[in-house]
Amino acid sequence: MTENLTAAGVPRRAGSSADNASSAISAVGLRKSYGEKLVLDGVDLEVVEGSVFALLGPNGAGKTTAVQILSTLIGADGGRVRVAGHDLVGEPDAVRSVIGVTGQFSAVDGLLSGRENLRLMADLRHLGRAAGRARTAELLERFDLADAADVLVSTYSGGMRRRLDLAMTLVGDPRLIFLDEPTTGLDPRSRRTMWEIIRGLVADQGVTIFLTTQYLEEADQLADRIAVLDHGKLVAEGTAQELKRLVPGGHVQLRFADPAAFRAAVGALSRTLEDIPRDEDALTVQVPSDGRVRSLRALLDLLDAQSVEAEELSVHTPDLDDVFLALTGRPRPSTDTATEKAVTR
Amino acid sequence: MSSLSHTLADSATMLRRNLRHMLRYPSMTVLLAGMPVVFLLLFVYVFGGTLGAGIGSGGGRGEYIVYVMPGILLMTVAAVAQGTAISVAMDMTEGIISRFRTMSISRASVLTGHVVGSLIQTMIAMVIVVAVALLIGFRTGATPVEWLAAIGIIAMIAFAVIWLSVALGLVSKTVESASNLPMPLTLLPFLGSGFVPTDSMPTGLRWFAEYQPFTPVMETLRGLLTGTEIGNSALQTAAWSAGIALLSYLWARKLYNRDPAAR
Repeated sequence: MTENLTAAGVPRRAGSSADNASSAISAVGLRKSYGEKLVLDGVDLEVVEGSVFALLGPNGAGKTTAVQILSTLIGADGGRVRVAGHDLVGEPDAVRSVIGVTGQFSAVDGLLSGRENLRLMADLRHLGRAAGRARTAELLERFDLADAADVLVSTYSGGMRRRLDLAMTLVGDPRLIFLDEPTTGLDPRSRRTMWEIIRGLVADQGVTIFLTTQYLEEADQLADRIAVLDHGKLVAEGTAQELKRLVPGGHVQLRFADPAAFRAAVGALSRTLEDIPRDEDALTVQVPSDGRVRSLRALLDLLDAQSVEAEELSVHTPDLDDVFLALTGRPRPSTDTATEKAVTR
Repeated sequence: MSSLSHTLADSATMLRRNLRHMLRYPSMTVLLAGMPVVFLLLFVYVFGGTLGAGIGSGGGRGEYIVYVMPGILLMTVAAVAQGTAISVAMDMTEGIISRFRTMSISRASVLTGHVVGSLIQTMIAMVIVVAVALLIGFRTGATPVEWLAAIGIIAMIAFAVIWLSVALGLVSKTVESASNLPMPLTLLPFLGSGFVPTDSMPTGLRWFAEYQPFTPVMETLRGLLTGTEIGNSALQTAAWSAGIALLSYLWARKLYNRDPAAR
């Protein structure tokens, strides 16, 4: 484990965090349960202003509950939270005036048009008639909704609804935006578009983003820091690189044409690596790797220097299943494929 | 802006939202007014000849339509209120309510938007019902002042019943139960002086009919439209309306303010 990684249950920077001016969210010991079911079990979060923070976890880990609490939608059972410097319990309206929330389930009015939805937000933000109209037109243009502006939202596609949803969140120029699974259920192209929009927000306006996701790739693409939530507890926190380094699943598999080449390769690799996983019958070796081009080139150069040629090369990048297996010693819950993986390993 | 003007501005915004919904689905308003219109036609043409003879003044169909109008108007109030409960319950299933809850807006504005919107809808439905009544021979000697007072009475009881429906819409876990819960309200005019005089009823029912909230309202309307004795019915109407409105408002506010996930 690297230095920056924090094991769950160890209080971090507690006490001083509340006074930290540059922290957008600072939560200590966040707890929430529904009846007997403990959803959040003492979660500490520290989100630096102007950064993108991803809360990563499988379904039912408590991600949505965390967002609902931090965005003042529901109350917590325990813990102290400051959002944008305001106490969540004491000054909910002060918190609400600086945040924007785009939830997992689209928060748009299906009986209104896209333009009317945005105007509704402008009115509720008290922008004034002219300013509201201008902001609406600008957002419709920016989110590629101008053509469908006067059509009922109930006829929009999933991607359009999600874009309108985010546009509505942006009407009030929030400093902190919560995105609860912003791309769940979207097709790959809409997902890419969403990622571009999110990156643009951070680059152009310097907003802070707190997003939740089930996809390691998404967290990897967008987030400065990632916290992994499992059964209501944080099991790890760090950058994407730091998390991936924890995962044994990232490797390159090389297959060779004949036993001679195989032995030569093992010989060459053994100079720098110990205990290389190999399969003598299949003539394959597995070299731990982060899958980057630079390290692949280094690996191939090493083999080249020994005049060994690989027949086939495949890159295995770690996914959320690997992260969970590595961090919790068990597969992520509620997916059958993860269970299978764990058995075959 | 002060917090009061914020509250008013937010409520006006929510009202515009509800009116837009209504404009987009005018069939909803027509449908809500349709129920009392059907009952009006049914009672005047099917039962009116016989019932008219029994209401005391010894009249026929023409007299009965005058007698039955207050009951039909209250039925209209109840029908629109049923629509309110449905649309509130539907709203609560929408993600946009969660968005409103995380915005710095007046909390009650979502509900007041529904209430004022439904009041306007009630008045539109009233116009439809009265127009049909006039077409089939409803005549009244009421002066414009008496008409105004009647509209005021209707607005008063409608305001109370709509707040009750908002609470019923919030307490319902499904849209189906939201449409069923206010159903007894549409039956209340029958269990009062709406369709027949209460003194023709058996003792237990008569006791209920005389003391239930809709009876003084119907007696007041009858007095204003046809010149019968009003007595303290107007006062009772005001008291019932204020009481129902206040309790329902407090109940609705409590329901709306609880954690949405607990629903």
